[in-house]
Amino acid sequence: MPSTRSSADFVAAEAVARHFDVSKPWLARAIEQSPRVFLKAVDGVSFAVAKGETLALVGESGCGKSTVARLVVGLYRPTSGRVLFDGLELAGLPAAERARSRRRMQMIFQDPYASLNPRWRVRDIVAEPLRAFGLATGRAELAERVGALLVQVGLSPADGEKYPHEFSGGQRQRISIARALSSSPEFLVCDEPTSALDVSVQAQILNLMRDLQEELGLTYLFISHNLAAVRHISDRVGVMYLGRIVEIADSETLFSRPRHPYTQMLLDAIPDLAMSGREREPMGGEVPNPLDPPAGCHFHPRCPFANARCRAETPALKQHGPAEAACHAVEEGRI
Amino acid sequence: MRAWRDSDLWHSFTRSQITVAAAAIAGVMILAAFLAPLIAPHNPFDLASLDLLDAHIPPVWSEDGETRFLIGTDDQGRDLLSAILYGARISIGVGIASVILSLVLGVGLGLVSGYAGGRIDAFIMRVADIQLSFPAILIALLVNGVLRGILPSEQQDELAIYVLVLSIGISGWVQYARTVRGSTLVEKNKEYVQAARLIGISPARIMLRHILPNAMGPVLVIATIHLAVAIITEATLSFLGIGVPPTEPSLGTLIRIGNDFLFSGEWWVTIFPGVTLAVLVLSVNLLGDWLRDALNPKLR
Repeated sequence: MPSTRSSADFVAAEAVARHFDVSKPWLARAIEQSPRVFLKAVDGVSFAVAKGETLALVGESGCGKSTVARLVVGLYRPTSGRVLFDGLELAGLPAAERARSRRRMQMIFQDPYASLNPRWRVRDIVAEPLRAFGLATGRAELAERVGALLVQVGLSPADGEKYPHEFSGGQRQRISIARALSSSPEFLVCDEPTSALDVSVQAQILNLMRDLQEELGLTYLFISHNLAAVRHISDRVGVMYLGRIVEIADSETLFSRPRHPYTQMLLDAIPDLAMSGREREPMGGEVPNPLDPPAGCHFHPRCPFANARCRAETPALKQHGPAEAACHAVEEGRI
Repeated sequence: MRAWRDSDLWHSFTRSQITVAAAAIAGVMILAAFLAPLIAPHNPFDLASLDLLDAHIPPVWSEDGETRFLIGTDDQGRDLLSAILYGARISIGVGIASVILSLVLGVGLGLVSGYAGGRIDAFIMRVADIQLSFPAILIALLVNGVLRGILPSEQQDELAIYVLVLSIGISGWVQYARTVRGSTLVEKNKEYVQAARLIGISPARIMLRHILPNAMGPVLVIATIHLAVAIITEATLSFLGIGVPPTEPSLGTLIRIGNDFLFSGEWWVTIFPGVTLAVLVLSVNLLGDWLRDALNPKLR
């Protein structure tokens, strides 16, 4: 792993891995003599986010990007490696300090229909973090804070009396953002915040997030499979494939000169007016079964540049110009 | 109130005439039972007012009937109408209390089982499986027998009702637990629960404030249908002679008393409580069935 990180990194993941036990029940295993099976959802991922920056993680479904989001905020414990938030490892802290760190990080979820409790009024949903962290006391103060938060995300204070089902997907996502902002966090993890929304609404939500970032100096970890959204909002981009980061670079560098063949394929797949009518290289193959990933470089079965080394040896992230990529072909200058 | 009148539930209720009728009948019976001291012509529990000379009087429309006793008297000279009203009060009261006990027990265990998972879940669910492999009435008999064995004999009549509630309550929690566990498994992985965990809300609070309200729909259906079952179970235990004492008869006790005189031609002592029980259970069951269909989105 390269150590280009400085101690000023606000949020850092250090070789974080998370394996899920997906074995059959004990009895079935004993009878069939089958071994335990682990799904390596995240397999040694390292990255750092500087204060005020937006790092995006992109990849196909099932590549582990949502698991990374949950590891970073502490919803999952890493199987190995560690996550540092402002220099502190959340898992090792005493309860009181953990609560203090928790207040400073929040999460916006993917599905606005599942992320708000359908039985709660919006004002109670938005006020929950305020109550939990004791940031506001008394009905009047809570009502005032909730009203201000709703206005901040483009809703009206009167909306607090309603239930989530009375809102559209985009409005629900605004409520979700208001809840996330209520504890005045510095770091927001956004797990595909726009993927469940209509295209016209996606832009509104992304612009709202960018405005809030400027206004409040927020740091974002932005998880997405939507490259257009990522280009719109992020400073740096990490590309994930089957639980590993294969390339990480400045947004501009990555989109203008992708190094890893997987990144190149992803970018080739973006529909684009200038390219219409032209012959297009379709991405070959399927994502392999994550329970039994290919040896060596996980991408080798789909990679046009793969050779014997790629099939045997796992590439590490290495600096190539302004970008970091994990690819033998790039390292050897074959691409 | 307006919102309630506009709701889907109310519409589906008024559309079904059988349901409206069942609700009306069950409502009237429950109301009459609980107002028994006010509307009953006699107090069958007041032993001093009973006269053995009044025993075995047939209903008023038969030859030897008396207007004092509209549907006749039993072997103790108790007015049967009053005894049924008071008896229904005990039956319904025991039924409701046992349903509440089952519900609290089952919902609590189901929530913990689903949310905690792992060994705790496995333990609670295996206990549930074992209990489910016996008929509920057998469990109630077992609990009843054990409790009666523990209690001193002079207190048994006093505490009979509590023993009944406990034994019927314990025999019925499994269904609630399984249902709530299933809903909990679904709800706990939803993102609103993760959002609550993220800010450090305690598991107990997440279970009660977040998951429970979203898991209560099917529980209400089970509770309604279970009420009918609990009333039947109480009647069965009382019929078998291990329910409430004969001095304070429930519907089941009345049926048992009447059963002894069935062959001597005194049909009214057992038929009237029996019909009352059947109509009550049927209307509660119909209400439960309607509620199940109305709350099931797949049948809409």
